[in-house]
Amino acid sequence: MKLENMYQEIILDHYKRPHGKGLSEDFLAEVHHVNPTCGDEITLRVSGNEDGTISVSYNNEGCSISQASASIMFDQINDLDFVHGDNAVEHLVAMLQRTQEPNEEVLGDGIALVGVAQYPARVKCALLPWMAWKDAAIQAGMKKEK
Amino acid sequence: MSRLDVAAIRADFPILKRTVRNDRRLVYLDSGATSQKPYQVLDAERDFYENNNAAVHRGAHQLAEEATDAFEHARSNIADFIGANADDLVFTKNATEAINLVSYAFLNATLKSQHKKDLPAGSERFILKVGDEILVTEMEHHANLVPWQELCDKTGAVLRWIGLTDEGRLDLSDDSLFNERTKIVALTHQSNLLGTVNDIPAIVKRARAVDALILLDACQSVPHMSVDVSTLGVDFLTWSGHKMLGPLGIGCLWGRADLLAVMPPFITGGSMIEVVTMSGSTFAAPPKRFEAGVPMAAQAVGLSAAVDYLRALGMDKVAAHEHEMTQATISGLKSIPGIRIIGPEDLVDRGSAVSFVLDGLHPHDVGQILDENGVAVRVGHHCAKPVCARYGIVAATRATYYVYNDLDDVDALIEGIHAAKKFFGV
Repeated sequence: MKLENMYQEIILDHYKRPHGKGLSEDFLAEVHHVNPTCGDEITLRVSGNEDGTISVSYNNEGCSISQASASIMFDQINDLDFVHGDNAVEHLVAMLQRTQEPNEEVLGDGIALVGVAQYPARVKCALLPWMAWKDAAIQAGMKKEK
Repeated sequence: MSRLDVAAIRADFPILKRTVRNDRRLVYLDSGATSQKPYQVLDAERDFYENNNAAVHRGAHQLAEEATDAFEHARSNIADFIGANADDLVFTKNATEAINLVSYAFLNATLKSQHKKDLPAGSERFILKVGDEILVTEMEHHANLVPWQELCDKTGAVLRWIGLTDEGRLDLSDDSLFNERTKIVALTHQSNLLGTVNDIPAIVKRARAVDALILLDACQSVPHMSVDVSTLGVDFLTWSGHKMLGPLGIGCLWGRADLLAVMPPFITGGSMIEVVTMSGSTFAAPPKRFEAGVPMAAQAVGLSAAVDYLRALGMDKVAAHEHEMTQATISGLKSIPGIRIIGPEDLVDRGSAVSFVLDGLHPHDVGQILDENGVAVRVGHHCAKPVCARYGIVAATRATYYVYNDLDDVDALIEGIHAAKKFFGV
């Protein structure tokens, strides 16, 4: 069934065993993002490293898609610099808007979120953690021009 | 009492003939958000546009007369449905606007008095002083909470609320909530999330004892049970058309005539005036004072047809029919391990909104699997975040029933929940 395209095994694995969940005590900026239509919530913190990369930590509550997406986000963009992290965010947005093919090199397990594009009501769930990261990184002054 | 003929009712609703996701029969359990529309309503609206369309209360041509007649006939018919006089029924965009209309009557009277503007005798009770109180409940839809929070922010009045018991009922143990500072009590007739039907006589008695006004949000009651303002004892009743088989874009405010007569207008402009000069204006009598601009005549005609439809079914039968499905839903849910019903589990004073959470599974995921099975439910906070907070949840899954649902739909819901549990392995 079509639904299984969205709830791929890899998504359910991330949902049941999330990576990187838990807030770090050490941070430069913290954001709290909510998906007001369904009640998904994420608190996300970022800190800067000497090499210009950004470390991320988070805690969240919500549906399988938002939780799996946060876990994947952690795998993909923790300890990347802003430009590379933002590139992944933009890829995810474009993939969910169906304007770009899934790119495993950039999104890793995030390509499994492609099925979410069939369900517009769930796109926000998938984007929530990534948008929170971008917001936090900008608030922390980590945005650097290319 | 004879029962509703659901098969005949379903034949009146064209949307129920379509299928959803993978050719599934549509099991529509989201009427609490908006109801579906029968041919009778769609035809009435279309007939107005095809034959009588004109801007009402303007122009002297034949179409304008016919449109005005149709609009005012709709007003009478809808008013009659709740035991009211047509002159006391105001059409609004929706119930949210109807509530805002009353909250802004307070704000506007308060501002005008501060600027020493002339106000009609009797409008004093709409003038708020710092420390005056507005009483709501913890089970309100945001539409009957946020306007009052805003009013308090702008006037220095204090918002207080009646809390909830663990069972999902109003906790009326604190009598001090009703006091001489209480200016208005605004509460829901039936909670859109919990399904609780509130004890209105008990509220009326307490509010009257301190001379407070009472606004009843009837969005979830007028569509589902017999509501008669001539015996309810409240001062304002607000509800929406689209939740009772009517069109989108029309809501209603009923108000006691002596109160409407002294309330300042909310939205101003054309239609609602009496005399306009460059230095100022006087306003029309209610209900027109509160209906600025060209009104939604076709929607009023459609809503009037919805009222005819419900009246022909009989509101007591509608309520009994929903009660039967509510009972089946609650007992079906209780048989599923890991389910927690948010709201009363007993069937006394309880409507057909049934919300629940499932251990280990987010409502959004439950809703998705149900959707895959053709079952349309609402998931999320149901515009009642404080209710969710009260019961320690961020979201819930909600089924709501109406005249076109039957016990097969309840079965589809229960089967869908089992499917969701199986799919996610919980």
